[in-house]
Parts: sequence; C-alpha cells; structure tokens
Amino acid sequence: MPSKYMIDTQAAPNRFKVLTRSGIIAWEEGCLKCPVCAKRECIYGVYDNRDLDIMQMVDSIDNQCMNCLRCVQGCPKELIHKSVNPEYEALGDSYWTPEIITTLWSQAETGRIPVSGSGYSGPFSGSGFDSMWTDMSEIVRPTRDGIHGREYISAAIHLGKTPGHLTFTHSGDLDSKPPFLVDIPLPVVLRIPPFGPMGINTIKGWALAAKKLRTFLTLPYEMIDKEMVTFKECLIPSISPAQPYGDDLLEGVRLVEVPWGEKWKEIAQEIREAHPSVLISCRIPLAMGMEEMFLHLLDSGVSIINLEGTSSGRLLDDNSVFIKDAIRSIHLALVERGIRDEVTILVGGGLAMAEHVAKAIICGADGVVIDLPILIALECRMCRRCTKQLPCPVEIDQATSSWVASRTINLLGAWHKQILEIMGAMGIRDVRRLRGEAGRAIFFEDLDRNTFRSLGEVQEGYELE
Amino acid sequence: MSLNSKPPEVVITPSRFRNPIGKYRLHRTDDCIGCGKCVELCPYGVHVIQAGHVLTKNHYRCVGPECPNPCHEACPVGALALNRNPTFDTMGDLRWTPDLLLSTWYMAENGTVPPRGLEYRIGASDGGFDRLRLVFPPAHRSQSEALNEDVDIGIYLNRRDGSSHHIRIDVPFYGGGMSYGSVSIITMLSRVRAAAAFGTFCCTGEGGYPDELKPYDDHVITQVATGLFGVREETIQRVRIAEFKYAQGAKPGLGGHLLGDKVTPAVAGMREAVAGYPLFSPFPFHSVYSVEDHKKHVDWIKTINPKALITVKVSTPTDVDMVAVGIYYAGAHIIHLDGSYGGTGAAPDIAKKNIAMPIEYAVPRVHRFLKEEGIRDKITVMASGGIRTPHDVAKIIALGADGVCTGTAELVALECIRCHNCESGRGCARGIATTDPELTELIDLEWGTQRIINLLMAWRKELIRILKRLGMKSITELVGRTDCLAHLDYMNK
Repeated sequence: MPSKYMIDTQAAPNRFKVLTRSGIIAWEEGCLKCPVCAKRECIYGVYDNRDLDIMQMVDSIDNQCMNCLRCVQGCPKELIHKSVNPEYEALGDSYWTPEIITTLWSQAETGRIPVSGSGYSGPFSGSGFDSMWTDMSEIVRPTRDGIHGREYISAAIHLGKTPGHLTFTHSGDLDSKPPFLVDIPLPVVLRIPPFGPMGINTIKGWALAAKKLRTFLTLPYEMIDKEMVTFKECLIPSISPAQPYGDDLLEGVRLVEVPWGEKWKEIAQEIREAHPSVLISCRIPLAMGMEEMFLHLLDSGVSIINLEGTSSGRLLDDNSVFIKDAIRSIHLALVERGIRDEVTILVGGGLAMAEHVAKAIICGADGVVIDLPILIALECRMCRRCTKQLPCPVEIDQATSSWVASRTINLLGAWHKQILEIMGAMGIRDVRRLRGEAGRAIFFEDLDRNTFRSLGEVQEGYELE
Repeated sequence: MSLNSKPPEVVITPSRFRNPIGKYRLHRTDDCIGCGKCVELCPYGVHVIQAGHVLTKNHYRCVGPECPNPCHEACPVGALALNRNPTFDTMGDLRWTPDLLLSTWYMAENGTVPPRGLEYRIGASDGGFDRLRLVFPPAHRSQSEALNEDVDIGIYLNRRDGSSHHIRIDVPFYGGGMSYGSVSIITMLSRVRAAAAFGTFCCTGEGGYPDELKPYDDHVITQVATGLFGVREETIQRVRIAEFKYAQGAKPGLGGHLLGDKVTPAVAGMREAVAGYPLFSPFPFHSVYSVEDHKKHVDWIKTINPKALITVKVSTPTDVDMVAVGIYYAGAHIIHLDGSYGGTGAAPDIAKKNIAMPIEYAVPRVHRFLKEEGIRDKITVMASGGIRTPHDVAKIIALGADGVCTGTAELVALECIRCHNCESGRGCARGIATTDPELTELIDLEWGTQRIINLLMAWRKELIRILKRLGMKSITELVGRTDCLAHLDYMNK
C-alpha cells in the first residue's frame, strides 16, 4: 500500500507495569497443596510465569490475569479471589477515565486497534462526543475497506485557505497565484501538553514523531533550541507577544501560531511581511462570543484558526457547552456565508480518542490538535504530580527520544486505522468529505427525544416494572 | 385449546465449576457450635450439615440483606458474618452488570427468575432498555386469572405467502448466528438442541454447516454472508430458513474477522480455507449495491430451495427504514435488525461503541415506516443486539418488533463471564468461544443444552407473567404497543 495511506508501527513495550482494573487475592493459609492446583491449570500460565518487579514492587500476576476466574472458581478451599483495584479507579478524572487512559497506553504500545469480544460494555450514551453515533452504509450504498488494503481511504487534509473560484487570463493562464497549502496525511496536529515532566528527549521524540508522520508539533517558540532546529519543517512555533522572537527563527518554518491576544494583529502583520510564505494559524479560545472573533480573524486574512476548548472538551467560560456543539454552529455559520473554504479550522481540547477526531470533523472541523494523548502515550497516569513539582511515577523525562517517537507514532497509527474504520463503514474515501457530514451522524438528544418523548405519561395507579 | 406444543422440562443444572460465584459470602468463625440453626433458617440452602458438621456450602445462593430469615443475625453465638463477595464487583460491565450475569446463571440453573437479591430485569447503561419500564395496569384490572396455558407467546415467521414454508415458533425468539470457529461445536450444538426443544431455530452464523447439526436440520437457519464460508447448494436445500447477513451490529460496515489462532484444521476444512491463517469475511457483498441486486440474491436462494423462508440480517444505519422496505420488496420474509450494542464475536471497540444506532431506536423507526407503507403485517421483524433479559424482549416487542434473536444471553447461560477475551490465543478460557480441543471439553453437551433450555424456560415464564399483567393473551397483541412503556427520562415533564 502506498505510504500515504498507512502508518508503519512497531511495538514499543511499556517501561512500567500497567495498572489493571482488578487484582488477585490468593491466600496461602489453609492451602491443601492439591496435586492438581487451580493455579497450575491457568490456561494463560499466570502463576507459572509469576515474578515480582523489585523496582515497582508489582506482582506480575495482576498484569497477566485475563479475568477468566477459573482459579477463583476452582480452588477447593476457595482461597483465591479477585478484587477491584482502587489505584486503577483513581486514574485520571471524570473525563480522562481509567478506560481511556489504559486504552491509549495499549495503542501506544502496540499500534493496534483495540479489539475485544462479546459486545459493547459501556454506557448507552454520554455527554459531548459520546452523545453521537456515526452512520454506516448498507445494501444501497457501498462501504469501503481501507484497513485491509483492498481500497484506499485518504485521511489527508490541507492546511490553508482555498479560493472560492479561479480566474484565468484571456490566454487561458491562471490569473491568480495558486493557493499556498500545506498537506498533512492525517487530520491531526500535535501540541506540547499543558503539563508533564518533559525532558529534552520528550520534546525531541514528539518532533521526531511529527516528522515521520509528516504532520506538525506545535510548541512555544522558545523551546526551539539548537537541537530542535533540525525539525523546523515539522514544527509550529507559537509566538508569544510578551517575548520578542528572532527573525532567523522563522527561516525554514512553514507554519506559525499566533495566539489570540492584544497584539496578535501586529505580530501577524510583521510575520506576513517578513516571511510571506509562512502560513499563520491563530489560536482562539472556544468561548462565548467567539463567532465575532472568528469573523474578525477571517477579515484579517488568517487562513488557519485553531479553536481551543478545555481539556475536558468544553467551552472555556461555560462548562455546560461541549466543543462538538460549538464547532457545529461555527461551521454552519461559515457555510451559510459561503466562506467555509476560506479557512482551515483545527479544534483542540478534550480530544482523547480516535472517534473524537472523526466526530469533530463530522461536526465541521477540518482537523484536530491533540496534546494530552501524546503524554498519556508515554504511560502518563494523569496524576498531575508533576504540576506540584513531585517526581513522575513513570519517569517520563527519562525516556529516550526514539521510544517517545515510537509510542507517539503507534498511538496515531492506531487512531489512523480507526478513523479509516469509521469512514469505511460510512463509505467515505476522503476525510475532507467527512467534514460537516452531520447528516451521516446520529445525535442522541434529537433521536432519543423523537423516539421516547411520548412515553412519559403514566396513569394514576399504574405500576412500573 | 392451546397452540403450543409442550415446552421442554426444566432440570436443575448447577454450575460446572466447583465454586459458583455469588454476590455475598458468609464467613463462619471457629465459634460455630454446630447447632444447625442456620441450616434450618435459610430458605435457599446456603448452609448444609455434612457428617455432623455445619458447612456454608452454597454461598452463591445467599440473597444478602434481602433475606427474610437472616442467619447471621439469628446465630446464637454470632459465628456468621455477611460480606459482599469482592470478586462479584470485578465482574461484568454497565450493560451486563454482575447482577445480570448472576441472575442469568440462576435462570440457567433453575429455570425461573431469581427470587430476590439480584436485579434481573435491567442493566446499568443508563439509557435505552435500562431507562424504559413496562407499564402495568392496576392489578385488579388485568386478567390475572387467565391460565398460563392460555397465554400464547408464539409467532408466525412467514406472513407473506402461501407457497413457502408455513412456520410458527412457540416462543418469540430464535438463536442468532454464531459461527463454528467463533464458538465451539459443543456451544453450537447446545444452542441448536435447545432451539429444537422449544420448536424454534438457531442460526449457524458464517462458518459452514457442521455435519453434527444434521439431526436438527428442521431447526437450523443457515447463513449466507460475504465470505460465503461453507455455503453450498446442499446446505441451503437442507434447511427451512436461510439468512442473508449484510451486516452485524457489533461491527456495522465492517467485515468479519476470524483470527488465525482460531482457524484449526477442522474450522479450516469447514470453511474450505487454510488452517492457521486469519479469515476475513469482506464487507460488503460486492455483488449488492442496490435493492435490485439484493433481490437477485433472494431469488437465487428461492431457486435452490423454493419453499425456504428468507431472513435478511442488517445493521442499523440512519436509513434503516428504507433498507427494511427494500428488503421486503425484494421478497424476504423476515427482517432481522441487529443493533449496535450486541454481538458475540471479536470486534473493534470503536465500531461497537460508535457506529450505527442502538436497536431501541431502529425498531420503532422501522415499525412505523413499514406500517405507513402498508406492509407491516406482511413481514416479520426480529430484533437483536443487546437483548439480555425477558424484560428487554417485552420492551423491544412493545417498540415494534415481532420477536428477538438471542446471542450473548445464551453464552452467559453456559457461564460466559464477559471477560471479552474470546479472540485471544486459544480462545475462551471457559470453553465457550473456542475451537481448542482441550478447552472445548470443558463443556458437556447435555449440561450445555439443559442450561440454555432452563434459561429460555425462565424467559418464557416471565414473558407469560408480563403478558398476563398487561391483560393480553398473545404476544402479538404487544407489538408496537408503546403505551405499555414509560421512559424514565421523559416522565413528569
């Protein structure tokens, strides 16, 4: 398969034992020493391969246990039990749940799509992106098979604006300059996470991953030191108005980020004059009144706008509004004005799973910006100890840059395949066609109300069961 | 006179494991004086006297705080303590809660719903079935004096024509497709034999038609899916119902995939493939891109086996109503809608969670659309994809289905604990979804058959009780009766 349709991944083992949802409690006292012990009968060989990790003080049985409970049910003295692991339940927070964190770990380790047997085990629906389903094709519309390579599905997008139409001279030549666009093979741009115990190798590893994936890593421009200069073509320096930046810094850079702020216009103007070939991306907070900000930016000729919500996928100033709904309204406003293609919309904040990428695009984004997932890919437990200057339990800053890069590439490789699964099922072969396809999505609020709202009346004396 | 043939017998069939898992555990200290009071008090047989000793033998039968005669409170020396079993809380998930797993095991052992202590009607997914409730009229107004024998839960599968088989099943369900390869031959036979005992059917899934099934040909639905594994003219001629599988709820829009480890020589032989290599069942049928193409498929089956009923299994896209109408006009007898939250085999998590809509939305939509087209009474609508309990069956029928296809619940009856590792290595450690010869032997065929019979008998009794409470004599009266349902999220609003 041509390289633009796939991402090569290679297993990058965990450095630390992962936390599991439950642990084994095996009492020794009262053991009958049966000739055929329930432990020896384990089909996964968990007890035979048991060892203790001295550094982490972790007993390997919990990691190897596949929860078949045969030992629990087989021990004649009932000495073996399982118990919920409180450390697992304490992982992350209500948005970055233990399930999301551990799934990200395993994707970063293997590069594979998470697969499991016997049906879906989660809640019926949820908030934000969990309140929508994506469509599929059946009988009257073909689906596409991108995963097994029988058909090609493109996940590539371009960054920049495209003209509404082209004009030609009398002689038939193009009358205008062709649009300056930057292509990335998957609709994801990386950003340095807001926290994390990052060493130079961490940053370098992410830059390496961005380079191999042919996408970008956004980082504060002051992080670009001598070593990082070699990665310039895949970095998006974020210019802060408070600090001056050296002009030579922007040589060889293709994109620059200017955060929304007092002097953004001046900075943007300066960059545009000094480096006309550099694309400018403006980062604005997703908050009430952003439509105005947005249109103002469009008028000023900004070609990429990066909308940033909170890390739990909500508006910065209103926790009850999800970015999914904000993207939909902005996208529709631009479509109505007929100017949707004059800007690339990237969305960040709370993008935690592959499905979020596809759903953000269905809601109207061109692509997404992810930050915390690339930290979690490095085994981060979201304990936030680093924000209190406490040591990282998984020593992220000690990891080599090549391991960091592999883990990041694996995660995005797994995401890429999952985006193809979603698009394949819908019969869409180009992710640019997925943008704004809300008609091929199913929204919980609408469908649930339409289906069940008439089922609210119960007469006096009637019983519910 | 009752239409029903005699239902099979319930035979108490306990767990095949030494220690059945319960919600509670009773701890007996050395203070026990062996007076036997607990044995006397317990209505559930948790304690027994063996060789002069009092033992807590059957923890799993303890109903905990809901017990009318709590032994631990009555013990004269305070030697008993009631605790929650920590293992219980590590099991299951929001859709199949540990309560639902244990109550399904209870039904498979005893043929009735659990007396108390377990929530056997709903899960904890917080939507769909788990927020819907059946609405019963006040007790004095329902016909509770009707005899159980007078309540008919059977349905007709051919509502379309006189030239094909005229088939009635005595229960409103048949077994959904699970292939030889994805499950063991013992699992497959247990399901088919239980189906035969109820006078209903069980589908082969897409993995061929093992010879062991031949004695039950009249109760087998053979599946034709995109890989055409093991599909031969002869297998289609053998059966009374043939199923086209266009999609399945667990992986809508995606093909089937049997991992190489599970492709043993026997599985490979059945599927006419090479052992050890993964098998892909492609998606979609590349010969079907229109209703006309689909009709060509149906006609093909009808040419080979003119009297066969045709069922068409589809998933639940936004235009599922249009798909259903197309299926009818192509000549099918049954539409089988498979919702997104079910499935037994291995599937990508992203597909299970996100692609296509839950069955609770698809069924009312299709029911209404077919009614508006004036063809609702010409076709049978079967629903599947997350039907776990007899209450789910009643709810989906009230939403507009005629019946349901069973799947996961039957595997749970065989003591599946939903560890979700069906696809790894040698397959299911509990011997259900595996082709490994040694693991397959973990289940005895008689045991497996009886467990499924018991489960379905419990469902049958519960459905009859529900119909009686609703004042109905036939399950066909319940179809589309949304007035018998309430949704907790929309009440008093």
